[in-house]
Amino acid sequence: MHFDYWLDNFWSLSVGGLTQGAIYALVALGYTLVYGVLRLINFAHSEVFMTGTFAVIIAWDMLGYDLNAQRPGTGVVIALLVAGLVAASLTSAGTALLVERVAYRPLRRKNPPSLVFLITAIGASVVLFEAVGLLTDRKLKGAITLVQPKEVFSLFGASVDNVQIMIVVAAVVMMFGLEQFINRTRLGRGVRAVAQNPDAAALMGVNRDRVIMLIFMIGGLMAGGAALLHIVKVGSAQYDVGFLLGVKAFAAAVLGGIGNLRGALIGGLLLGLAENWGAGIFGTIWMNVVPFAVLVLILMFRPTGLLGESMGRARA
Amino acid sequence: MRQTFVRAFGGAAVLALALGASAGCVKSGEDANKAGKDCSVKIAFFGALTGPNAALGINIRDGAKLAIDQYNAAKTADNCKIELANNDSQGDEKAAPGIADAIVQDTKIIGVVGPAFSGESKAANGKLSDNGVTIITPSATNPTLADQGWKTFHRALGNDAAQGPAAGRYIKDVLKAQKVFVIDDTSEYGKGLADEVKKTVTPVATGTTSKGQTDFSALITQIKSSGADAVYYGGYYAEAGPFVKQLRGQGVKATFVSGDGVKDDKFIEGAGKDAAEGAILTCPCVPPDKAAGSFAADYKKATGNEPGTYSAEAYDAASILVAAVKAGNITRPNVEKFVDAYNGKGVTTTFKFTDKGEIDLSAVAVWAYKVEGGKIVALQEIPKP
Repeated sequence: MHFDYWLDNFWSLSVGGLTQGAIYALVALGYTLVYGVLRLINFAHSEVFMTGTFAVIIAWDMLGYDLNAQRPGTGVVIALLVAGLVAASLTSAGTALLVERVAYRPLRRKNPPSLVFLITAIGASVVLFEAVGLLTDRKLKGAITLVQPKEVFSLFGASVDNVQIMIVVAAVVMMFGLEQFINRTRLGRGVRAVAQNPDAAALMGVNRDRVIMLIFMIGGLMAGGAALLHIVKVGSAQYDVGFLLGVKAFAAAVLGGIGNLRGALIGGLLLGLAENWGAGIFGTIWMNVVPFAVLVLILMFRPTGLLGESMGRARA
Repeated sequence: MRQTFVRAFGGAAVLALALGASAGCVKSGEDANKAGKDCSVKIAFFGALTGPNAALGINIRDGAKLAIDQYNAAKTADNCKIELANNDSQGDEKAAPGIADAIVQDTKIIGVVGPAFSGESKAANGKLSDNGVTIITPSATNPTLADQGWKTFHRALGNDAAQGPAAGRYIKDVLKAQKVFVIDDTSEYGKGLADEVKKTVTPVATGTTSKGQTDFSALITQIKSSGADAVYYGGYYAEAGPFVKQLRGQGVKATFVSGDGVKDDKFIEGAGKDAAEGAILTCPCVPPDKAAGSFAADYKKATGNEPGTYSAEAYDAASILVAAVKAGNITRPNVEKFVDAYNGKGVTTTFKFTDKGEIDLSAVAVWAYKVEGGKIVALQEIPKP
């Protein structure tokens, strides 16, 4: 136990944890959206994220900014970030839609027990994971360092750099946009209606299949955003990148209350903090133990997660 | 009905097996008798030629092939022609036992260059050893391989137990680092290496990473607060790349030192050229261009490529088996006796195997490499204690 160390480095650990937590939160949204509407855990979502990370690097390569290119000026960097975001979002959303079309929709028509969906989800995940592994020779693919981390300001002695600010701000903006979309638009109302009562929604003329496609697509878009932020921070992609991150994002979704959008944000940030604080107090070898112990503890007292499960009722 | 069929089929299969086995015995007996006249033999390569780790396997195969081709081309050699039998394991330990069986079956094979990796060695060497096939690995560096009681096991290079202390000496004597932060990835390889380093230098603090980890902010906070001037990492490049990128991104200037698991261009790709610059990587492998004699030039002429990691070690391993054939040993027991008693100089170091099959640890050359201008270049041989 190193409580002194934890107190001395509290802000530094927190900044790092919140940054990673923001990425968990974006990925967690994909799990939460699908669960909120379908009561289905889409285990292939970690691979949706993974395809996005490769899309960012491939897009930059194709635009002539590969690993060994000189770092361009600010204007070009912004353009490349936008291009990366577009490529990742399209790829991740495309992958998510493909998984839905191939692995879930044909099954849904036959109305099988929900366990079957769980198995196809894992199957789809393995197929994507192995396919990309084979295509990339299971090797790491590096990206150009577009944003060099530079300290912007100091928070009680902990330096906060531009990459960290960018990740947290971008994640919060995306989540705010998503919440507005779900709560204020016509399509969003359809999503909430299907989440609350699929049969009543269908009777009221909501096209259930279209809503389901929509949530898979939105989940993919959020994962694409997370993929871009991940590449900016980590600098390389690998076929198995989704595994650990996916498990943690899923845990974040459950922690906050799966099916609840704000829960994903709270869960993600909390998991990131728990990771870094746990590593600070108990040593880095406990980094993966502490957040999951926290998860179990919280679920013991609040079985539906911190904010509860319902997307429909979490309107406030 | 079905059961009858299965019984009949099973009976036939058992019969076929029995026949096949007896046929095999007869054949090998014949071969042994004939050996006096037709003395052509085979040396087997055992390692990955396809799959994710193929690059290393191809380096080894080409090094071994060069030694055998040179022998076959030399007119002074007597009539015993040597053939290289390629056994592609894809680096997969699940495939290794089957390959070992195939090698054991082929009685022309007198020795194996390989298996290339420690995992597949553990899976295959027992079978090879039980059947008297001489094993000389040019690349598997897990120290415990020598302790399995395999009678025919030999290692043509140092093991990780030699690499760790050498890395420690380099940090202490050459870098003269005062505060060393030691990290391992909790894998058998990474932890073993880091533990050896800890025996030589007293770490100011320690930390760990896990497979697939991409966020290292907690670890980097710890490194920063320790004020370390050197960071040792026991692990593989997949985590080391992103780690070093984030380490430099957070403004930590401490020298990064790691082992042969990170000595790969993919490390530079993962970390980015700027962040990887100046990293020190150790390896119990001699830089191919520093190998003695005309090896580097011959290799380039034969393959069109520069010799890669472990090419020179594979050349030496194959050369020892070739020397056995040259001395007239064309049966497995004789080759094994010859290799056990071998004492000679190769292009990388001097070979004289201990009872366990290790080369003299004081003869093990561990080299320090450095990342310079986006390339891994050989720096110096780490002085022996």
